[in-house]
Amino acid sequence: MSETLTLAKGLNAGLRRAMEDDPKVLVMGEDVGRLGGVFRVTDGLQKDFGEERVIDTPLAESGIVGTAIGLALRGYRPVVEIQFDGFVFPAADQIITQLAKMHLRSLGAVTLPVVIRIPCGGGIGAVEHHSESPEAYFTHTAGLRVVACSNPADAYTMIQQAVASPDPVIFFEPKRRYWDKAPVDVEAPREAFPPLHEARVVRAGEDVTLLAYGPAVKTCLEAAEADDRSIEVIDLRSLNPLDIGAVTASVERTGRCVVVHEAPVFTGFGAELAARITERCFYRLEAPVLRVGGFATPYPPSRLEDHYLPDLDRVLDAVDRTFAW
Amino acid sequence: MTIDSVRGATGSGLEPELVQLLTPEGERVAHPDYPLDLTGDELRGLYRDLVIVRRVDREAVALTRQGELGLWASLLGQEAAQIGSGRALGPHDMVFPTYREHGVAWCRDVEPIKLLGLFRGVDHGGWDPAEHGFHLYTIVIGSQTLHAAGYAMGIQRDGVLGTDRAGAAIAYFGDGATSQGDVNEAFVFASVFNAPVVFFCQNNQWAISEPLEKQTRIPLYKRAQGYGFPGVRVDGNDVLACLAVTRKALREARDGQGPTLIEAFTYRMGAHTTTDDPTRYRLKAEEESWKLKDPIERLKAYLVRGEIADTAFLDEVEDEAKRVAADLRKACLELPDPGPEALFQHVYADPHPLVGEERERFAAYLASFEGATGE
Repeated sequence: MSETLTLAKGLNAGLRRAMEDDPKVLVMGEDVGRLGGVFRVTDGLQKDFGEERVIDTPLAESGIVGTAIGLALRGYRPVVEIQFDGFVFPAADQIITQLAKMHLRSLGAVTLPVVIRIPCGGGIGAVEHHSESPEAYFTHTAGLRVVACSNPADAYTMIQQAVASPDPVIFFEPKRRYWDKAPVDVEAPREAFPPLHEARVVRAGEDVTLLAYGPAVKTCLEAAEADDRSIEVIDLRSLNPLDIGAVTASVERTGRCVVVHEAPVFTGFGAELAARITERCFYRLEAPVLRVGGFATPYPPSRLEDHYLPDLDRVLDAVDRTFAW
Repeated sequence: MTIDSVRGATGSGLEPELVQLLTPEGERVAHPDYPLDLTGDELRGLYRDLVIVRRVDREAVALTRQGELGLWASLLGQEAAQIGSGRALGPHDMVFPTYREHGVAWCRDVEPIKLLGLFRGVDHGGWDPAEHGFHLYTIVIGSQTLHAAGYAMGIQRDGVLGTDRAGAAIAYFGDGATSQGDVNEAFVFASVFNAPVVFFCQNNQWAISEPLEKQTRIPLYKRAQGYGFPGVRVDGNDVLACLAVTRKALREARDGQGPTLIEAFTYRMGAHTTTDDPTRYRLKAEEESWKLKDPIERLKAYLVRGEIADTAFLDEVEDEAKRVAADLRKACLELPDPGPEALFQHVYADPHPLVGEERERFAAYLASFEGATGE
């Protein structure tokens, strides 16, 4: 049965189903219980599953992730909410030195099925630390899986798959897309979900490939619609592992590629994409892989963010440059 | 001494009262809050533990000096704190150690050779925490206290507190760690959730080169009051007191009464690790004064004077310790270096395409040298 849901509601429905399916699934974080989260992603879960399973924690991000690790060691599957992207850094130590490495440290004896949900990206007129895109810090850390949903249907399925993963998953949610609506098949069996780590061609085209994930997917789709050229758009969905096969299959056909993300371009995730595409598609490329993203500056005050965030015009400007090469 | 009994104390911290059941001279003394009645076998067992773990430690230091280990963090001087607390543990309890808890590992039946893997560099740990009720060594200072608090929250959710299946978590850490944010966050989480966790701080007076006064202006056990649970300072060189105090804290945790902070007041007789040189920052006289409080000598004096142990027993323990050390040395020298394929194992629980691809490529690269003459 298909329901029209916002992305936030898709996550909510996915979390609800994960909690119904497995009594070991817990939700924890700041304000996730009584309030239902500052973006209402966990709305109603505490009422239905109780305070033992939907835990309002002390205001301490390292503590939240550290205790989630301990709960996982005891057999639970915690889904942690970091309230905003810029607040994940106090927890970075627990994520990088403990969560990512404990499976290896134990030579496989310990698994940590912990999901870290992080609302990410800008575009909502927020104050400092509320608009960042920290994905590259985590894709650079072996032992973590890193995914980013871009639409309500993926939000619904991907959060359930992340919860089911035996590995820790960093789960990025595009906060300015929380209110986007789309049909979601809430009764599809889990076996019918697209694999978590597969990219998806969300718009087929012949002339150039746009690679995006999270909030930039919609930007790329809008750019593609607005242009006369035949533009293919791929939603990567998973950053680590990366579905490089889907990427190269597209670029082999189009010969041109532009990567779009909100994070700064310099040593951003797009740099890895550009390098790997160049290695694999060197003789098919008509132009270097170009990147559109944040500048080599901190995220700006909100009155400047429209200049900072890649928009339709900056994406098409890069497309123009690949054709002018 | 709980926090209640010191409320209003001046807190000079110079010579605060310790829970002590065995004086440095080996005199058995009583404490109203910590009655302890042990059989002769139990007392002799504690002595055996202390001697063996000290001997194992000495062997590991020697192996390091001989280039067989890259590093060793010696427990010398802290045997009583570790054996006393370690022998207080029950089968359902879970230990979250630092990298120095070799004595507690002994109490949890983790073979000493398993501990050496990390220091020899053949793995990062590698025992099964669930099998031993003894988590992996944690090197980042204080991180494991949060894992203990979370694990304790899991015990709560299992609904076993107050039953015979109840366990508690116990987190080990040092005086330096008490300055870490994670340790303070662990205190907060444990307190507000009333989690069954015991925080066992071995205050060995030194965080590498930094003395206690660089970490705190008040006795560490008094910090517990600020978080809302009991704190107690125990003579960390008194194995009986450490056993009694930890046993009570664990029992209360398993009964659902929440966390306790134990400050085991002890001394790191050796260097921080084998790469450290304590002569650069502390006086020999200080070390000499702590030698007089040696944890093994005082128990030995008590056992001999009370005719609980005779010379034959003491000799027997020495012989056993030597055998354990010799076995450890042999096992260490026989530890194989892992093959290159081990680089790629256990990074993820589920298959990961990039790790798989790199493993295959690296294997092919290595294979390309096979048959090469080197000319």
